[in-house]
Amino acid sequence: MVSLHFFSGSVFVVTMPIISTSGLARTFDSGNGPVHAVRSVDLAVAAGEIVCLLGPNGAGKTTTLRMLTTLLAPTGGAATVAGHDLADDPAGVRAKCGYVAQSGGADPHLTVREELVTQGRLYRLSRTEAGERAAELAGLLGLGDLLDRKAAALSGGQRRRLDIAMGIVHRPPVLFLDEPTTGLDPGSRSDLWDLVRALRDDHGTTVVLTTHYLDEADALADRLIVIDRGVVVAEGTPAALRAEYADSPAAPLQDVFLAITGRAAAPADAAPLSVQGL
Amino acid sequence: MLVHDTALVFGRYARQTLRSRFQMLFGVLMPLLYLLFFGPLLDGLPLGSSGDSWQVLIPGLLLQLVLFGASFTGFSIIVEKSTGVVERMRVTPVSRLALLLGRVLRDALLFVVQAVLLVLAALAMGLRAPLPGVLIGFAFVALLTVALASLSYALAMKVATPQEFGPVINAVAMPAMLLSGLMLPMTLGPAWLDIASHFTPLRYLVDAVRDAYVGSYATSHMLYGALVAVTFAVAALAAGARVFRRAGA
Repeated sequence: MVSLHFFSGSVFVVTMPIISTSGLARTFDSGNGPVHAVRSVDLAVAAGEIVCLLGPNGAGKTTTLRMLTTLLAPTGGAATVAGHDLADDPAGVRAKCGYVAQSGGADPHLTVREELVTQGRLYRLSRTEAGERAAELAGLLGLGDLLDRKAAALSGGQRRRLDIAMGIVHRPPVLFLDEPTTGLDPGSRSDLWDLVRALRDDHGTTVVLTTHYLDEADALADRLIVIDRGVVVAEGTPAALRAEYADSPAAPLQDVFLAITGRAAAPADAAPLSVQGL
Repeated sequence: MLVHDTALVFGRYARQTLRSRFQMLFGVLMPLLYLLFFGPLLDGLPLGSSGDSWQVLIPGLLLQLVLFGASFTGFSIIVEKSTGVVERMRVTPVSRLALLLGRVLRDALLFVVQAVLLVLAALAMGLRAPLPGVLIGFAFVALLTVALASLSYALAMKVATPQEFGPVINAVAMPAMLLSGLMLPMTLGPAWLDIASHFTPLRYLVDAVRDAYVGSYATSHMLYGALVAVTFAVAALAAGARVFRRAGA
């Protein structure tokens, strides 16, 4: 699969997608019959892209991320992440991607240093490498003075930066963030946006994040992927989506979002709506 | 990689345990109370087996310590699931088996240490038993811990809340305690109860450790006890490993 993408600087480049999925699906068995959390998701994300998955609650965003990070086995479809097949080589996928869950992942009773070093060593860094990387990341993410503080004593923004530090301790080419700014104050949110941009600009990290905040998607994403009821219902740059779904290029993204999810009334066989440029 | 990862996971949880010494001592509290307030009641009673009452009671208390301790170790996983620690570890390439083994080995060490404390207290109360027998008793403590902790973690990975977890463990642990003759030898009871008790794996471990405490090592009790303990531990580890490999899948 080869795709065309707009990169920063408006240069067309032809690349193999670093993440590609076809018909990715997950059905859960519940007491009341099967629940189709993700029906069929086709994605192609280019290396170095920042992509936002948007969608109402229960749309299947988190389930999609949990499948792509090997936490959840798909019940249908296939995916490749950073050159490793999800089904055949989950260990390869794990080594190449970082994941920050909405709940975070630090033990509140342990210190920032302990958690960073442990996570580094789980990613197979040596004890020395993990120690150095912990100090480096703490410096980078403004946690330098907090290395020996327990996670429970951190503020919400600091805690989130620790979660992200744990997610990138092994310098993954792909980073998945599940609602990274939920519950953060505005200052911490914009700090986090800067961090995500820096990861992409300085390290070429591909970032896929889910969010409920349309302003976040607008500010951060190269491309938006709207998911509703387990399928991709629209995708494109914020500008392209505005052109397709709203009256003016300055329209609030909210209008675009409503127009799109309003159309996704037929859930089972809703065909993905393609957007120009893809 | 399995050894490296297991050592890493073991180290993480062993450090956490060392930091909460209160918790470590608290674990021996219940058997200690039995030792102090129940043990003296048995002094001089005809218990239908060789050795004095301490040699009958202490093996039971050791395994009771594990039965009610190791069975509940899964609680920690439920807490770690809610803080996201479990998933954060599972997205790394760490061996799935190591995530279980590291925890279980920490538990085995913890309960052997608690067993040593209990035996020291029992010595002060009047227990006299041969050293090899006491060491054999610790080996059974370790094996039973591996078995019960593996099952406990496996169950904890499957359930969503502590409210689902506690009642299940109690529903299994209480009958196991009563039917295995932990407190008093089952041979004292009617035949039907003795027979029922032979369907409880723990019964064979208790009999074996009681033999060890009176210095009888080459007995059928010892053979069956060792076989049951090893089989139980291996089967439970296999079941636990299966759950840890597939969790969330």
